[in-house]
Amino acid sequence: MYSTTYHKPASIEDAIAALNGGEDTKILAGGQTLIATMKQHLAAPSDLVDIRAIGGMSGISAAGGALTIGAATTHAEVASSAEVKSLCSALCDLAGGIGDPAVRHQGTIGGSLANNDPAADYPAAILALGATIKTNTREIAALDFFDGLFTTALEENEIIVSISIPVPQKAAYAKFPQPASRFALVGVFVAQTDDGVRVAVTGAGEDGVYRHQGLEEALGSNWSASAAAGVPISPDGLMSDLHGTAAYRANLIGVMAKRAVAAT
Amino acid sequence: MSEQGIGARVKRKEDKRFTTGKGKYTDDVRHENQAYAAFVRSPYAHANVNGIDASEAEAMDGVIAVLNGAQLTGDEIGNIICGWAVNSKDGSPMNMGAWSALATSKVRYLGDAVAVVIAETQALARQAAEAVLVDYEVLPAVVSAVKALKSDAPQLHDNAPGNLIFDWEIGEEAATDAALAGAAHITEMKIVNNRLAPNPMEPRSAVATYDEAEEHYTLYTTSQNPHVARLILSAFYNVAPEHKLRVIAPDVGGGFGAKIYVYPEEIVCLWASMKTNRSVKWTSDRSEAFVTDAHGRDHVSTARMGFDENNKIVGFKVDTVANLGAYMSLFSSAVPTYLYATLLSGQYNIANIHCNVRTVYTNTVPVDAYRGAGRPEACYLVERMMETAARELGVDPSELRRGNFIGEFPHQTPVIMAYDAGDFAGNLDQSKEAADVAGFAARKAASVANGKLRGLGYSCYIEACGIAPSAAVGSLGAGVGLWESAEVRVNPVGTIEVLTGSHSHGQGHETTFAQVVADRFDLPIENIQIVHGDTDKVQFGMGTYGSRSAAVGLSAIVKAMDKVEAKVKKIAAHILEASEEDIVIEGGQVKVAGTDKAMGWHEVGLTAYMAHNLPEGMEPGLKEGAFYDPVNFTFPAGTYICEVEVDPETGVTTIERFTAVDDFGTIINPMIVEGQVHGGLAQGIGQAMLEGVVYDDDGQLLTGSYMDYTMPRADDLPFYKVLHNSTVCPNNPLGIKGCGEAGAIGAPPAVINAITDAIGNNDLAMPATPQNVWAAIQASGKSIAVQ
Repeated sequence: MYSTTYHKPASIEDAIAALNGGEDTKILAGGQTLIATMKQHLAAPSDLVDIRAIGGMSGISAAGGALTIGAATTHAEVASSAEVKSLCSALCDLAGGIGDPAVRHQGTIGGSLANNDPAADYPAAILALGATIKTNTREIAALDFFDGLFTTALEENEIIVSISIPVPQKAAYAKFPQPASRFALVGVFVAQTDDGVRVAVTGAGEDGVYRHQGLEEALGSNWSASAAAGVPISPDGLMSDLHGTAAYRANLIGVMAKRAVAAT
Repeated sequence: MSEQGIGARVKRKEDKRFTTGKGKYTDDVRHENQAYAAFVRSPYAHANVNGIDASEAEAMDGVIAVLNGAQLTGDEIGNIICGWAVNSKDGSPMNMGAWSALATSKVRYLGDAVAVVIAETQALARQAAEAVLVDYEVLPAVVSAVKALKSDAPQLHDNAPGNLIFDWEIGEEAATDAALAGAAHITEMKIVNNRLAPNPMEPRSAVATYDEAEEHYTLYTTSQNPHVARLILSAFYNVAPEHKLRVIAPDVGGGFGAKIYVYPEEIVCLWASMKTNRSVKWTSDRSEAFVTDAHGRDHVSTARMGFDENNKIVGFKVDTVANLGAYMSLFSSAVPTYLYATLLSGQYNIANIHCNVRTVYTNTVPVDAYRGAGRPEACYLVERMMETAARELGVDPSELRRGNFIGEFPHQTPVIMAYDAGDFAGNLDQSKEAADVAGFAARKAASVANGKLRGLGYSCYIEACGIAPSAAVGSLGAGVGLWESAEVRVNPVGTIEVLTGSHSHGQGHETTFAQVVADRFDLPIENIQIVHGDTDKVQFGMGTYGSRSAAVGLSAIVKAMDKVEAKVKKIAAHILEASEEDIVIEGGQVKVAGTDKAMGWHEVGLTAYMAHNLPEGMEPGLKEGAFYDPVNFTFPAGTYICEVEVDPETGVTTIERFTAVDDFGTIINPMIVEGQVHGGLAQGIGQAMLEGVVYDDDGQLLTGSYMDYTMPRADDLPFYKVLHNSTVCPNNPLGIKGCGEAGAIGAPPAVINAITDAIGNNDLAMPATPQNVWAAIQASGKSIAVQ
């Protein structure tokens, strides 16, 4: 790893100042992707601004039919939260299946969303649950947030502060892990929400996480595993790589959707 | 059986230091003037090197030197060689392309080193290596051996037209063709043995130090055979004279074959230590290991096996193309020939076998021995053929095997090997019983009721271990003898040091070898120390690979102990005024049988070294050495039965049962042997279901990290049932056959036979990942049958 200057500000203002003060600064929100990339010499930021010590950045609360999760809340905290468990246990299942224990105790929900890895788990939940991403400057609806591989609506040096998740009527996540990395080869998050049925797919799409219209329509009129199983899944627009052709991924989307619905 | 002797489950003496972080590995060595090396490696699979500009790197603070291939060859450092000469069937010698430790004008695989930076810290060395600008002229690449043989393929070495290294054969082709022509049934398959990366837990490392005043070199290195490394470094690579080079292989964290060879990095570190007059250290990281450690396997074969009307095998014909990568590694020529095709008779009585092997250059990492080395490729071929033939013939696969088993020993196969002992039917019976094959149908019905597929597969493996009789391998082209050495030193106080040419890198020799000595002289195991891995301490030895340490290395120790025992008895007979024949050694004493006359074991040692009162003409001291050269290979064999359940919707396969019955001959420590079997099975199952090195067509490595190369993890593997059915090896003093490679050899066909049984499609390649299994199910139409 190349040398870098580490900052740990206690306020958003200090964080912004640090971010604007360096030549090539990066926000550090757990570092489970960024640090590995730096070790491989694929990234060499001059400054790292660790946002985890900023007041109010982490923690989980529930009010007004919504869960609010601080951006620096770790996957382990979400996975073991009694509040999340009682209101949206699918989110606990999802967070508990990310990486390994070391990753789950360092990695954060805000970091995962800002990175928008096409095989990450959280984007599927956030999209399916119709969450709102709150930053230091504005609120962004999940639908508007994800913008292709490793790309989001976030402006440069914009910091995610928290995520607000409307509590669903029913939800479940089914993940098929890539055998080596155990990232999602295909992950399907199904949710019955006040705004209707939503089905979000991660791991498979060429442009990252997306909603599957056919599954949403079928499950909207009949919330059942058999309804999900009957939906034709096109391989068009799906990734093909060593671990899964587009055809295999298409098959897994159907199977995972069916299993997710069966688990609700 | 005693609590510490042969057959006892003695806990490993070495584990205290390993489990408390006190092991001393090469990377733990730090000298006062330590400098660090980082290699500049080709990012292309095939390119001309038109120039190297190191000026920016050389100007960096803390950079000591940047060295390149022109300087290396200028100093007359020799090219890396293959140590086993295999001729083509027309008698022409193999086409060995030049391999310089630092490439001069051309790079031939991604990772090929072109320069090295020596700097004050490792981080700085790596940073400076990135600043070295190499002018590459990218050339078309070829990664598949089959494609490399085509007329329009890129050419790697001028002296290997068509990328062909040699075109070799074994067995009688005409007789085999005739037998197949008269066969009642022929089974034909195209079988690919997937390329693997060895992945020892400890990456390779080297620390080289040059002492200017003494003109002496010391090399700490991750080696399975430090003496062989010293010999090659001096005699062939001209790095240092043999008597001025000390090679130490301290604690080594796994080898699996990958640490047999002398690689460019060790050569360059030694050379650079002299050039810079600094101690130079290099330690691979995992990414570097994927592109520098010799890979394993990578065969493409077509095979035809003929049966008569009684389902007896009448002939077996194989054509194999073996990918050796960009250069010929040390034993690369032997692996797909004498370690492979000589095992194509399997456990079966086959009168006619012919195998043709073409070895080929490609723009990939060099391929050499990896746990099993040739024998897994043979076993996979034979055992998949047998299972497929049984399905085609409509007979029970275990009974087809039984009907063709060799039952009498010794048995001369048509492909060199002469099997000395075994109980193939006994292995099969024991494994079927232990695996509850009788209950399989009911378990399968339960799986089907649950929407799953279930299958059962056999593998009756045999391997040639205890490598190897020197004269025999010499006649086949080996550049070395494959004996082993030992020295047994009884100290004046009676404690014993055993110096062995074998090397332990996970095998537990410090325990098992001590058990044998303790057993022989009836002494506490704590009084015995095993010394290995240092050319300044230990006499020349050949090292550890090919499951040879117990069968060959321990045999040398036994020979040395024979001499010690004879001298002990002479001394005791002299002191106790008795006849040598009446002397017995037991309970820490040397006694005259049937009397109360005795002296302590330690008193014999003291007497030998005091030399005040020895038999006339006897030399003082109590230290004996021996060299043991085996008279034959040993032939471990066994039956593995794998039972799987497959989810037809996703292709996910789980191993529900895995039963291993092995015949390893005499077992010194069952606990350690079971550990070896577990590890071998994990690697075998890894090959079958998880692992595979994949390059794209440009020679870029797609599986260069654990994000894409699937190493077996604990939750990928089942609980094993590991059993033994030992027949004693008649050809070495302890009756040992060897156990280190069996699991990796026997497991893959058992797994694939089970999965293909479940899905009803024989056309399934390794690794049987969920995607591959699912695709094979789609092709077989089985998914519809279940739903």
